[in-house]
Amino acid sequence: MNRAEREHIEIDLLLEAVFRRYGYDFRSYARASIERRTRVFQHTSGCATIAEMIPKVLYDEGFFSQLAQTLSVTVTEMFRDPFFYLSFRENVVPLLKTWPHFKVWHAGCATGEEVYSLAIVLKEEGLLERATLYATDFNDRSLSIAKEGIYDLDSLRKATESYQLAGGKKSFSLYYHAQYDAAAMDAELKKRLTFSNHNLASDHVFGDMQLILCRNVLIYFNRELQNRALGLFTESLVHGGFLCLGSKEELQFSSVRDEYVKLDPKAKIYKRTATP
Amino acid sequence: MSEGDKESSPWRVPSPPRSGTYGAVAIGASAGGLRSLTAILQGLPADFSVPILLAQHLHSTDEGRFADHLSELTSRTVVDAIDKVSIQPRTLYVAPADYHLLVERDGTLALSIDARVNYSRPSIDVLFESAAHVFGPRLIAVILSGASSDGARGMLVVKELGGVGIAEAPKNAEFPLMPQAAIDLAHIEIVLPPDRIAKKLSELCIPAQRALSEPAQHGGSK
Repeated sequence: MNRAEREHIEIDLLLEAVFRRYGYDFRSYARASIERRTRVFQHTSGCATIAEMIPKVLYDEGFFSQLAQTLSVTVTEMFRDPFFYLSFRENVVPLLKTWPHFKVWHAGCATGEEVYSLAIVLKEEGLLERATLYATDFNDRSLSIAKEGIYDLDSLRKATESYQLAGGKKSFSLYYHAQYDAAAMDAELKKRLTFSNHNLASDHVFGDMQLILCRNVLIYFNRELQNRALGLFTESLVHGGFLCLGSKEELQFSSVRDEYVKLDPKAKIYKRTATP
Repeated sequence: MSEGDKESSPWRVPSPPRSGTYGAVAIGASAGGLRSLTAILQGLPADFSVPILLAQHLHSTDEGRFADHLSELTSRTVVDAIDKVSIQPRTLYVAPADYHLLVERDGTLALSIDARVNYSRPSIDVLFESAAHVFGPRLIAVILSGASSDGARGMLVVKELGGVGIAEAPKNAEFPLMPQAAIDLAHIEIVLPPDRIAKKLSELCIPAQRALSEPAQHGGSK
């Protein structure tokens, strides 16, 4: 048996140990990325083999929480895929304007950059006051960064171009307050925002939403877990509501594809069919 | 870690059956890589069917234009890689800008937006390592022109897991740093100019392909 085959067994056992000891189920995650992250963690932890990590996970909660952090962290940025926000302004905003009030679920919001991006778009379109935004993630550390809304000033400056490409109408720097090398997002953007912990792998539906965003999260799931998450979204979304996925994610192969029409095939904006 | 376990164990450990041909060719390219890549693709015979996975460093605003451009240069099918799609023969999959490209054990592609590796997304290391873990000795990895050392660590993993490593000869590369880094770290023996890389790929893949499509030569009876 070669090294790759043996490591595959070791990772199976590690994920099984994590699930049975702590209830976090990474077994239904897209395997290639989980394996890569596990190997990265193995090297930083100084363990000679992945198998060596198993007793540590079982007996050392601190070790587990570091591992879970590595396995669950997602990377994002302000106005990632500017063309998505442009399309959103064009295809979704006019319909949102017909509702006196609407609810938004941003699932898998990670450290929150894209939640603030959306809040900025809604504000510029005069819709923020009518919206209630729920942003969820299952990684508490990411969630607390999102809640604080304090980011590296450099990364915000770099996002200025994306903001403009996304149809930004003002100066991006109006939306944050810089101090030294950090910047805090404007408090007004936060007023309509609620952050909470939600795990797409184990938790349930989230109320009658008019808009759900879940971008670049499903690529980390296997087909089965993708279908679970998409099932949750479909149950949570009102008829005629919108679902926005990452630009490399598709409903085409999923169990809910017949429930939606595609509004923008490139930006991956879907509308739930209007009649039950 | 030691592969000597087999010797010391009284139990016979069955080895998995060996498949005939290569499962994939993984190519890593960066600055100056397009010229080399074009020469390779145009040098491959039409019946070269092993799928090709490409990580080319792209600007994040590429939006599939590189794949479109490549498909004009070759008769091969060229597509922007899509998450969870099965790898098909005769097809070249391009890692989309701002995504890492990985391979799953069931022969499907996977994308991720994990942090940049070597300041790059897609990262060549990520593609090479992931493909090496899936294909092992059935992988050929090719590193082309570039001004970073992305791909060197990945190439080392490819070699450790029994795969074949090929580097563009640094003296032919527009930017020699990237192939040189891989040659130094992973001790690549096959170092060639792009047109010879195409020939080498054919030599490695075509006979096995033919053997697979003509089982009578192997099977003896029938």
